[in-house]
Amino acid sequence: MTMAFPALRLTRLMLRDFRSYAALDARFSGRVVVIAGENGVGKTNLLEAISLLGPGRGLRGARMGELGRDGLPWAASGRFETALGPFDIGTGTASEGGGERRAWMLDGVAKKSSTELAERVAAVWLTPQMDRLFQEGASGRRRFLDRLVWALEPAHAREVAAHDHAMASRNRVLAQGRADPGWLDALEEQMARRAVAAVAARRGLARRLNTVLAEQRPLGAFPAARLDLLCPIAAALEDSPALAVEEGLRARLAQQRRRDAAAGGAAEGAHRTDMTMVHLEKNQPAALCSTGEQKALLIATVLAHASLIAEARGFAPLLLLDEVAAHLDQRRREALFAALAALPAQSFLTGTDVGVFAPLQGVAEGFSAASGRLETIAGFGVPEPA
Amino acid sequence: MTTIATNPLVTVKSNSAPMRNIDPVEDLIALLARLPGYGRRSARRAVLRMLMDPQRQMLPLADALRNAAEAVLPCDVCGNLDTRSPCHICDDPQRMQGLICVVEGVADLWALERAQAHRGSYHVLGGTLSALAGIGPEDLRIQPLLARIEAGGVEEIIIALPVTVDGATTAHVLMDRLGDTGVPVTRLAQGVPIGGALDVLDDGTLAAALRARRPA
Ligand SMILES: Nc1ncnc2c1ncn2[C@@H]1O[C@H](COP(=O)(O)OP(=O)(O)O)[C@@H](O)[C@H]1O
Ligand SMILES: [Mg+2]
Ligand SMILES: [Zn+2]
Repeated sequence: MTMAFPALRLTRLMLRDFRSYAALDARFSGRVVVIAGENGVGKTNLLEAISLLGPGRGLRGARMGELGRDGLPWAASGRFETALGPFDIGTGTASEGGGERRAWMLDGVAKKSSTELAERVAAVWLTPQMDRLFQEGASGRRRFLDRLVWALEPAHAREVAAHDHAMASRNRVLAQGRADPGWLDALEEQMARRAVAAVAARRGLARRLNTVLAEQRPLGAFPAARLDLLCPIAAALEDSPALAVEEGLRARLAQQRRRDAAAGGAAEGAHRTDMTMVHLEKNQPAALCSTGEQKALLIATVLAHASLIAEARGFAPLLLLDEVAAHLDQRRREALFAALAALPAQSFLTGTDVGVFAPLQGVAEGFSAASGRLETIAGFGVPEPA
Repeated sequence: MTTIATNPLVTVKSNSAPMRNIDPVEDLIALLARLPGYGRRSARRAVLRMLMDPQRQMLPLADALRNAAEAVLPCDVCGNLDTRSPCHICDDPQRMQGLICVVEGVADLWALERAQAHRGSYHVLGGTLSALAGIGPEDLRIQPLLARIEAGGVEEIIIALPVTVDGATTAHVLMDRLGDTGVPVTRLAQGVPIGGALDVLDDGTLAAALRARRPA
């Protein structure tokens, strides 16, 4: 594990009217924090609040309007300890903007955007929704991949959005039938350029991730894994320079206008990237692996991603692992807990059954969540000083 | 009917016509809220403030609005908004009328004027191509630009359109159409901002700056 970086630690979380929480003031001193509780008590909400202290829309990708308790303005703030001292981050509904705009604060000073926060806070997460990643459509996997890229290269989101905008515009012009060839030329050039840039970024991420995954082998119960892009543009980038790939894609788009018009969409582009993980010992694609094996592949990916972020930022990001024990057998669970206990990164684990976290007693700090509150589970662990 | 008389904030809804406010304050708020930079909340605040002193804050504003509405018209040559046509820029013998800077809208023209960076004239396209908003090449003032070139005296066209997908698409189409005229076409350089350190630029900006590199 290449995570010999100082860790970011969340030591206090305050919420006001966030999802199911009217008000919460929780202090964490553990490096591993376990939150147990029945369905619907607000465990995922809590991880979501933590994920919103960094840039982006958090681990549910929610819109502003969904986050406030019963639609109220909400606020979340966190105190972080780092090797360079503590800092506070706050976020929530902005006073202007009719509830749709988000405000940011760093050490009590309002910030216009989240860019400055991105240098301070980073989190990676795994949610139960991802359990079906390899069963469902390519778009979910592409979003997953893009989020991994975006966490390291914030400009990636803009590139993908620009590609999709150029593509939607081309679809519309084609559908109108009155196709202006000059206009289509221009849109196809934009589409090709953005597609190659977006795919090159995905390819770069896959390479870096695979390097870390290869080093991660000693994680024992976690399978050696590789992430493969399934994407003709990525394949073309293997043996041609980006400008040549761009030009080739542009030319093919121009040739395929009639077919794309009939099909109602472009046959090629950044929107066709798919990916898979390969379980190397079995030499099997993830889709053929058991649910538990898929989960193990995803955990390996998320941990590798955390290493990349640590390398890029110089600090280990928070790990938010929602219902992480589900689908894992006891051996893999214990291997995961042992791995987490050995990482410098702070991790937050949730589950419905506190029993499964027993191997973490003495290592982790335990809380039980119930009706909008967190209670320390007495005797679960001795919180180590932060 | 009595509800309407006693409650000034009630709105009348009919099935056929769109909803119409009958309250002048609500009318005013609704009109202001449509302006860029105003939401309902800020519109309401502005209206409340004005209502505190209508004599001094509302009537002069109403006069100013009327005067501007009656006096300002688009320049037949460049599309700028001014009290006369041709506008004072197109009419200025000190400016290089053969150097035309093409912008998306009057706001961009005004921004360039504030920067006092351009010594030539302008051409306002009136938008950018947007397939999704239904704005095609024939909806932009491309034809009038070609007519200006045809009339003679144009030495260079500078394209100063936004670097969004729609802006870049528009620039591409425009350069295509201008290609036949033989007039030199240039574009605003994009890249490293003044005072910008390289390592904090995003990849897109860096790539654009590299594409637009020039001999040192
Ligand atoms: N905006 C909101 N306002 C009020 N309650 C909410 C809001 N969003 C979610 N909830 C409530 O939060 C609960 C789910 O919390 P969650 O964290 O997903 O539970 P779990 O502990 O199972 O992870 C649900 O009961 C839901 O009604
Ligand atoms: Mg949950
Ligand atoms: Zn003019």
